[in-house]
Amino acid sequence: MFDLTGKTALVTGASGGIGGAIAKALHGQGATVGLSGTREAPLVALAAELGAQAHVLPCNLSDAAAVNALPKQAAEAMGSVDILVNNAGITRDNLFMRMSDEEWDTVLEINLTAAMRLCRGVLRGMMKARWGRIVNITSIVGSTGNPGQGNYAAAKAGLVGMSKSLATEVATRGVTVNCVAPGFIETAMTEKLNDEQKGNILVQVPAGRMGTPAEIGAAVTYLSSPEAAYVTGATLHVNGGMAML
Amino acid sequence: MSDIADRVKKIVVEHLSVEEDKVIENASFIDDLGADSLDTVELVMAFEEEFGIEIPDDAAETIQTFGDAVKFITEAS
Repeated sequence: MFDLTGKTALVTGASGGIGGAIAKALHGQGATVGLSGTREAPLVALAAELGAQAHVLPCNLSDAAAVNALPKQAAEAMGSVDILVNNAGITRDNLFMRMSDEEWDTVLEINLTAAMRLCRGVLRGMMKARWGRIVNITSIVGSTGNPGQGNYAAAKAGLVGMSKSLATEVATRGVTVNCVAPGFIETAMTEKLNDEQKGNILVQVPAGRMGTPAEIGAAVTYLSSPEAAYVTGATLHVNGGMAML
Repeated sequence: MSDIADRVKKIVVEHLSVEEDKVIENASFIDDLGADSLDTVELVMAFEEEFGIEIPDDAAETIQTFGDAVKFITEAS
């Protein structure tokens, strides 16, 4: 089950905790992975850890030309892009009344527009191959909202609508487009919270614990697999029951 | 029939799974040959690869029939 031998996967934000775990999970099922991110050092370290079948593809997602060039670079490095995982994301939190245009634009550009450009860039190859998997990493806050994250929630909800629209266009070509929506996951971002803050969040999680990046990787692996061929336009919530959507 | 027309016809026949004799000068990809809008995008992609040319989006929109495609590609290549 979920064998990805011979498949190639481009993962953005692979320098982060969740992105790295996604790349490891896909690689563990036999996929060749293209590791993209802004910071090259962690990508090189991850590639070294994975060994064979791992390519480092640094990209600044706020640079439209660089983003548009990435699918081609990935295809040259790996031979194709069968699986695209748009995982990269940033936050620029602020109360809505204080949010600047720049905070809004930056988050939309990187979290939503870059994902659109990468989807567009990989589609030609997927359509020709009559096989493709796109998995966009959204967030629980795209469904529930979160104070201080009007920009982030808008971008994440935008990814869901984009994914569904694209899914309807390419379904007949064997290409699926889905979302994975993580809840409260152990990452560098959540490590900064103190015990009280964590406690306040965990009372809202029926599972009583934070999720692990590997659990997001497993969800992405499923949606990337041949077995998930009939699942498209869906959002898989991985949140310990924090919101049952 | 020219070499270009033969190659275009081969792509259309293969991609849309239609009989060769249906692919005539005035045959509309969508109205006569059963293509949907995504098929027309894929046909243009296939033409670009076969003939090593770039077909911009505004030009692609004018390619409605087999004859349109042959004419455009003949002029472009």
